[in-house]
Amino acid sequence: MPHVQVRSLSVWYGSAQVLKDITVDIPDRQITCIIGPSGCGKTTLLKSLNRLLELTPHARVRGRVLVDGEDIYADHVDVVHLRKKMGLLSQKPQPLPMSIYENVAFGPRVHGMRSRKELTSTVEHYLRAAGLWEEVKERLHEPAAQLSVGQQQRLCLARGLAVEPEVILCDEPTAALDPVSAQTIERRFRELSQDYTILVVTHILRQAKRLADHVLFMYMGELVEAGPARQIFDAPSHPQTQAYIRGDIS
Amino acid sequence: MSWRRIEERAFKALMMLSTALVVGSLLWIAAVVLWKGAGALKLSMLVQLPRGGAYGEEGGILNGIVGSMLLSLPATLMAGLVALPACIILQDEHAGRNPFIRTARLSLDVLWGIPSIVYGAFGYTLMVYLGLRASLLAGIIAITFVQLPIVARAIDEVMKAVPRELKEAAYATGATRFEVATRVVLRQCLPGILTGLLLGFGRGVGDAAALIFTAGYSDRIPGTLAEPVASLPLTVFYLLGTPYPEARARAYAAAFVLLVIVLIVSVVSRFVAVRFSRSIVS
Repeated sequence: MPHVQVRSLSVWYGSAQVLKDITVDIPDRQITCIIGPSGCGKTTLLKSLNRLLELTPHARVRGRVLVDGEDIYADHVDVVHLRKKMGLLSQKPQPLPMSIYENVAFGPRVHGMRSRKELTSTVEHYLRAAGLWEEVKERLHEPAAQLSVGQQQRLCLARGLAVEPEVILCDEPTAALDPVSAQTIERRFRELSQDYTILVVTHILRQAKRLADHVLFMYMGELVEAGPARQIFDAPSHPQTQAYIRGDIS
Repeated sequence: MSWRRIEERAFKALMMLSTALVVGSLLWIAAVVLWKGAGALKLSMLVQLPRGGAYGEEGGILNGIVGSMLLSLPATLMAGLVALPACIILQDEHAGRNPFIRTARLSLDVLWGIPSIVYGAFGYTLMVYLGLRASLLAGIIAITFVQLPIVARAIDEVMKAVPRELKEAAYATGATRFEVATRVVLRQCLPGILTGLLLGFGRGVGDAAALIFTAGYSDRIPGTLAEPVASLPLTVFYLLGTPYPEARARAYAAAFVLLVIVLIVSVVSRFVAVRFSRSIVS
């Protein structure tokens, strides 16, 4: 059974329906790219998977999202535990207003890690995993805000990984980055997909082609087509997917 | 010259004039106060208590300086302690729909507009009811009321400016609301919180009306919370009301000291805010 299963999920912002009856399974330990034109509901789908949608005023959810077989919208679900399982990397890097070290240690700390030694080795481990260690090891206690944007995004990746999630949700993670930083992040994703289930929202088709093992194509709040990357890119079955892949709609 | 050019020049002149008026009024006030008080302004005045003379022609104003600090510092602390948790609640993501939160914000706005003499009168009624005399404690409470809406509204504004994405990033690690508020939002807002507190302090240290009935006045430095206490604004008020030129000169000297305290607080707050801004995420 896959980690993440979506069943008949609909979402409204006020009276506007932005997700329409979505049902899909997200394959484990692969990179799944969610593609589609702007405003098609890609980010909303992503945010409904860790209940961050609740922070958006007037958002309403119907349907089920099963993580490890459990409906995350059920009453008894501990949202803190859920979010620990599902890391998030947002579009614009959001370092927390503290040092580089404190940023990575933030998650482990709130989940109860106290020993300084343990924290320090965790911080190093995940900064390495995010490919940032060599660049920051001499200045771990400087404010994270002083890093370059590309470094900040890798720091956010390290912070997300440090709570040891099973799934990493990424919302256009390279949109604010220069091409070299973007490439670094993509390379990290390829390596991390050995151990993690990764979902990447992107509106860059070429990025999806480089990264994806699996693709979801969305259009106007509906999931039009889902399948292995090769199938979607080479032989899409739905006319809208074909049009999008050809570049007729964007 | 075309009409648009004239319009452009006139507007520019207006802006320069307004700016000059702002800077000019500060300099003007400082100059008048200094000029009128210069004769009385001596170091001995800052370090001595009033001595002799029914109208305070002799001795210093140390009672006022220390009294103002004894009133305003604890009041700022208390206003901050009440304002911070309140402001955190005001940041609720669904605040727009919550009538309680909307009422709370409106109340703060109204409280801001209440003249401080009303707080003084309110404090006085409370004291009479509780059987208290004019005292340091009553003064601190009255000044806390004066400061609270200022501090709370200032902190509320900086907290509102925290990007939602930043809070989401913290929530996404599995942090609770309390953790996000105390470890992320407070840190991000620290410079703004300090500015808010200093703004409140500046208002409190300069207020006379709330203190007339609550703190009273004294030529001594109080030893306990139950004793009356002097304050700089009231020192100015009482000295200025005397018919003696020496005493009036001392009033201006006291006003100048008050001005310098407010100025120091403003400069220090700027400095501190810049220092704490280093880890702020813009």
